[in-house]
Amino acid sequence: MAKNSTSKHVDYVFRIGGEGGEGVISTGELLTLTLARAGYEIYTFRTYPAEIKGGHANYQVRASDRLLLSQGTNVDVLVAFNEEAYQKHVGDLRKGGVVIYDSDSFTAASHDSAILYSVPLASLATEKVGVKLTKNIVALGVVAHLFEIPLEAFADLLRDRFRHKGEMVVQKNLQALQVGADYIKQQTKRDAIRLGPGPRQTKELVLSGNESFALGAIAAGCRIYAGYPITPATDIMEFLAKELPKIGGYVVQTEDEIAAVGVVLGASYAGKKAMTATSGPGFSLMTEMIGLAVTAEIPAVIVDVQRVGPSTGMPTKTEQGDLYLACYGGHGNCPRIVLALSSVEDAFYSAIRAFNIAEQFQMPVIVLSDQYLGHRKATVPVPDPSKVPVINRRTPTPEELKQYKRYSFTSTHISPMAIPGVHEVGYVATGLEHDEIGYPAASNHLNHLAMTRKRYGKFHQVEAIANELTRQYGEEHPEIAIIGWGSTEGVIREAVQLALEAGYSVGALHPKIVYPQPLARLRAFLEGAKAVIIPEVNFTGQFATLLRKRFAVDFIQLNKCIGLPFTPQEIVDKIEEVARHVNSRRREVHAAKL
Amino acid sequence: MAEVKEFAGKIKPDWCPGCGDYGVLNALQRALADLDIAPHNVLVVSGIGCSSNLPGFINAYGFHGLHGRSLPVAAGARLANHGLTVLVTGGDGDGYGIGVGHFVHTCRRNINMTYIVMDNQIYGLTTGQASPTTEKDIRTKSTPEGTIEIPLNPIALALTCGATYVARGFSGENLQLANLLKGAIEHKGFSLVDVFSPCVTYNKHNTYPWFRERVYKLEDERHDPSDFRLAMEKAFEWGARIPIGLFYKVERPTYEDEDPTLRSGIPLVKQPAGRANLAEIMQDFM
Repeated sequence: MAKNSTSKHVDYVFRIGGEGGEGVISTGELLTLTLARAGYEIYTFRTYPAEIKGGHANYQVRASDRLLLSQGTNVDVLVAFNEEAYQKHVGDLRKGGVVIYDSDSFTAASHDSAILYSVPLASLATEKVGVKLTKNIVALGVVAHLFEIPLEAFADLLRDRFRHKGEMVVQKNLQALQVGADYIKQQTKRDAIRLGPGPRQTKELVLSGNESFALGAIAAGCRIYAGYPITPATDIMEFLAKELPKIGGYVVQTEDEIAAVGVVLGASYAGKKAMTATSGPGFSLMTEMIGLAVTAEIPAVIVDVQRVGPSTGMPTKTEQGDLYLACYGGHGNCPRIVLALSSVEDAFYSAIRAFNIAEQFQMPVIVLSDQYLGHRKATVPVPDPSKVPVINRRTPTPEELKQYKRYSFTSTHISPMAIPGVHEVGYVATGLEHDEIGYPAASNHLNHLAMTRKRYGKFHQVEAIANELTRQYGEEHPEIAIIGWGSTEGVIREAVQLALEAGYSVGALHPKIVYPQPLARLRAFLEGAKAVIIPEVNFTGQFATLLRKRFAVDFIQLNKCIGLPFTPQEIVDKIEEVARHVNSRRREVHAAKL
Repeated sequence: MAEVKEFAGKIKPDWCPGCGDYGVLNALQRALADLDIAPHNVLVVSGIGCSSNLPGFINAYGFHGLHGRSLPVAAGARLANHGLTVLVTGGDGDGYGIGVGHFVHTCRRNINMTYIVMDNQIYGLTTGQASPTTEKDIRTKSTPEGTIEIPLNPIALALTCGATYVARGFSGENLQLANLLKGAIEHKGFSLVDVFSPCVTYNKHNTYPWFRERVYKLEDERHDPSDFRLAMEKAFEWGARIPIGLFYKVERPTYEDEDPTLRSGIPLVKQPAGRANLAEIMQDFM
């Protein structure tokens, strides 16, 4: 970003681009982990082709000595393995940024505002190391030496990563690293980027949003996962398939997403916490089961790692387009809770909260994540599960078992849930409208109203939790208010900081639970605001539309619908644009004109 | 041995007088009583249809879910608590139409549970449309000129997909049916009992007399249920003579046997979740 050149802080964006399937992602991951271990804060961003081989892939790593909130706006260092990567990304380079490119692949013409380092990566790998595949590691050697990232940190990681492949492979990789470092030593350093050892002494985890959520699910007591592979959610299943068997749980890979959520409901009904994760296409298939979980009052956690829709859409790109489906998908009056993950760190704690709400209120909780959050890695402080105590469902007392009523009307609308094989009674969980005992009541009109009130009664209680789980940044009562949801939190927070530094009166509110909405907090926040911006990575402004139902406010939408997340600068630009109208004082701010 | 009446539900069945499903319910209650299983250890999962109302009519735990989606729910419940006796009931539309994808994969998965399909070859609850097992050229409300498709063969399909206990009963042969159900419940693995359960209201073709004229018992002809090829051959016998009884039975490790977590024996639901050793998992991410 432009600020970097004047800032005393280390804050650099590295981007690695090349052919898909040729190690761009693994190179990015090695750089990520090395910088994290070296003591820097990390925030990555991945885009990759939907194809397994071929197509363009890139991996972005932002490293800083301060807390990072977004992937950044401009690129400081571009590593281009081919000409396509160079052409695609050179425009994002900040003035005076660095390009390291494979001169065996193409020749970059000299560039006005970029500092170019030409390195014959492929031939160095072939001739000096003897393994062409190591050209990625040669590139890391160049990066390490040029920017003074301790070479030994890379070497340690390579030893860890390749140990299981044998000493020969470890040695070849270490050699490749040295070859890259030695080659660049011969060139004069023409840029000012220097990292050195990072400031953090304590160890942090490097987790993706998906991994962080899966870890939180384990902490919440989830021991059964059922799912069907789908990008970009599959790594939740893969993580749990590896970890759950170690702690007395397991993963079932089902024939489709309907079966996956069916297994979750069956397992949860039988008394064990269970979850599934999917993306839009699979989530669409699950909607009928969500209705069943609502009416049969079965706790369930269903994660939708959103990707671009509709239909197959852009499977490896990000969007916040499933909010309507999450809130309203399915037929009938069908209350469920929708919780949106806002950061990698939040994913861990929100996983525990999602299970807690599902258990406490005996209803499905939909968790919205997205490709941007699910696949990016970040350094996070070691999660502490004791920060969010685990809540389990209410089961019947011996007294309640005597005249057991599964769906009894209570003051909290929550009824005791008996477990088959544990409680010596029986009841039928059913998708039919039923009475307090659980008997079919498909012709009892007033009972239907009472049961609908019971289900919504539970739903409305979650509003209090939604109010507690809201986070706020910047001014408490700003002139320009921003409301965000989900994965945009960090970007908005960074934009608010930048705008505050530039002298704007601005603040942001970020709910975690988006259905039901934290109305009290929203009302207080909107008090006195002259304009309200709602940024969303979708076309129509789904959250803005939901809020218009509750507030007579002329919300200004900021929508981005190209399969990529916001950059902080895009939000700042909007703040500046809105501020010009707010400060003109000549007329009201009309959303339609912005 | 438990009493049959212990399994009597509190709701009177809403089936038409003469419906084949009464026979299935009776045989099932008899089988459970004979096996001396406590009602609260029995879970009956169903989908949607006349026969899927059965969980309401039996004293046990029940799950009356979505059309065609009973098997995944049953699998989930069984995997959470493999101490339960898990039975799945439904009809031919539920299991062989909308839910056939789950049927295929549940056979493969070989989870220890019993699937009872009350096959009346018609959609009864929607008042008489063609089902996946309706014979060719039969006129129904949805096929006024006669069905075009050939019927699905549940026995052959189950055999092909790896079910380890495959039987067919007839609700007019209650004693045999109770024995087939007992065998299915005792069998370790996924068992299918397809039951001819005539719809006296909407299927005027496959009636009690129609079946009585044609069915014969496999055990009377010394059928060897360990012979897969013979079972397949019998599965395609249809017309003047239709076999009922146990077609095939084989011992194959169940899903529960193969899964390292479930193999330990204690049902998951009876193991406290405890505090997992997160620190150990987190080591991989430092």
